[in-house]
Amino acid sequence: MAKSGIYQSSLTKKYVIALAGLFLISFLFVHLGINLTVLIPESQDTEAKEIFNKAARFMMLNPVIKVFEIVLFAGFIIHIIYGLILQIHNWMSRPKRYKVEGWSHTSPFSKFMIHTGMIIFIFLIIHLVDFYFKAKFFEGAESVWYDGEEYHDLGALIIQKFQNLGFVIFYIASFLFLGFHLHHAFQSAFQSLGLNHPKYFPFLKALSLITSIIIPVGFTIIPVFIYFQIV
Amino acid sequence: MNFTLKIWRQKDAKSKGKFEKYSISDISPDCSFLEMLDILNEQLVARGEEPVAFDHDCREGICGTCSLYINGRPHGPDDAITTCQVHMRRFKDGDTIVIEPWRAKPFSVIKDLIVNRNAFDKIIQAGGFISVDTGGIPDANAIPIRKEKADQSMDAASCIGCGACVAACKNASAMLFVAAKVSQFALLPQGRIEAKERVQKMVAKMDELGFGNCTNTYACEAECPKEISVEHIARMNREFFGAKVGGRKNIKK
Ligand code: HEM
Ligand code: FES
Repeated sequence: MAKSGIYQSSLTKKYVIALAGLFLISFLFVHLGINLTVLIPESQDTEAKEIFNKAARFMMLNPVIKVFEIVLFAGFIIHIIYGLILQIHNWMSRPKRYKVEGWSHTSPFSKFMIHTGMIIFIFLIIHLVDFYFKAKFFEGAESVWYDGEEYHDLGALIIQKFQNLGFVIFYIASFLFLGFHLHHAFQSAFQSLGLNHPKYFPFLKALSLITSIIIPVGFTIIPVFIYFQIV
Repeated sequence: MNFTLKIWRQKDAKSKGKFEKYSISDISPDCSFLEMLDILNEQLVARGEEPVAFDHDCREGICGTCSLYINGRPHGPDDAITTCQVHMRRFKDGDTIVIEPWRAKPFSVIKDLIVNRNAFDKIIQAGGFISVDTGGIPDANAIPIRKEKADQSMDAASCIGCGACVAACKNASAMLFVAAKVSQFALLPQGRIEAKERVQKMVAKMDELGFGNCTNTYACEAECPKEISVEHIARMNREFFGAKVGGRKNIKK
């Protein structure tokens, strides 16, 4: 591989995956925060879903966010492509496999990053088709008026989608695999970047565990609450 | 003790190879694993069969020559020891023991259980040294070194280059080996002088030879007979980043 013009060392690839991955994690937190507002019930000055619909409009139109949207798509694409290149190379590095497969004490999730990653990828495609593109191209969502201004009622679209039990289960299962991916991913990214000071690494590991619980649980609350009409 | 052995037999680098089943009986629990194979070989020779070829030299855990993948673990069932230090009492009477060579693209099988670990030498030749003669014995206090760093460097230097890290890694990555060799120098003032070139050259060689990429699974650390820490891998990642970003020379080969 060293001969080709676009040679990148294995370590450079790892930095790229790690940086893109950490960026994706920060996105997940923002995404979760906005999504949770769909559950805010109506109050004296806001209707149900109003805050969510307004936030969604802000995310769609704000120029800074628009730039970040491009960065985000690039982040996903780079993370996925590099992840695949790395994995294919890794498979090729052991053409003849063992009869008795490895047994060593290691994090089980770290062995299935490509598999959990692929599940997230499939989820991502379905999710984008169902929500993102509908919101973007103005179809599928009804209009709603707040203070005489027209908004897309994306909240209603979400609530309508999550009436289907199969859809809810598919979402929750995907979040579970996202959690598995994150459990290894977050702390692993710091090791890849060389930031593994023995004093702080236990803290990063704990943070990794917490992230891998908060993100899937947070996202799971939304379809569950909607399906069982808790709010 | 009695055992059933399933051993990888391969005539030479070109032949296909397959598992062969052997029964062995009346083995003392105090017999070492390699002695057990010696006994098997004597029996094979007596029967006019080809003995099983396996690597060994010091038989006391210091040279890194022995290299068997026993029941799914490099260097067998115990932590922190080499194959030559394993004893048969670690197994149960009547056990079936599967013995395989290290498996990795850069480690080709030469015969039976012996693989060519020349790839490690090539990585060392790419930069795993300092380019000045050591000269006479210097004054011990001429270059003060933090005890902490000296200890870490010593830990890294305890690598015996056996290749268990590569054998254990699901990606056949040599990161722990290379990281140990980079670290032992990077931590000391004499090694710092060429640190930026060294790490780039050794990583480039490692990639070129076809070892896999690290995914931080840490099977290497779990199986290393010298318990070398993956902290050294992070240090190498740091060193490499520093060399790429801060170094004047971008070394690709
Ligand atoms: C929101 C989605 C995702 C997030 C937040 C995320 C995050 C991360 C992070 C932080 C890492 C650790 C990088 C490292 O160890 O240096 C990682 C590793 C990995 N990701 Fe993702 N990822 C996501 C989606 C995906 C997808 C869709 C794939 C598709 C194939 C994927 C494939 C991989 C692979 C193969 C690795 C392993 C690399 C390694 O262990 O070195 N990821 N991910
Ligand atoms: S034979 Fe020397 S370490 Fe095992």
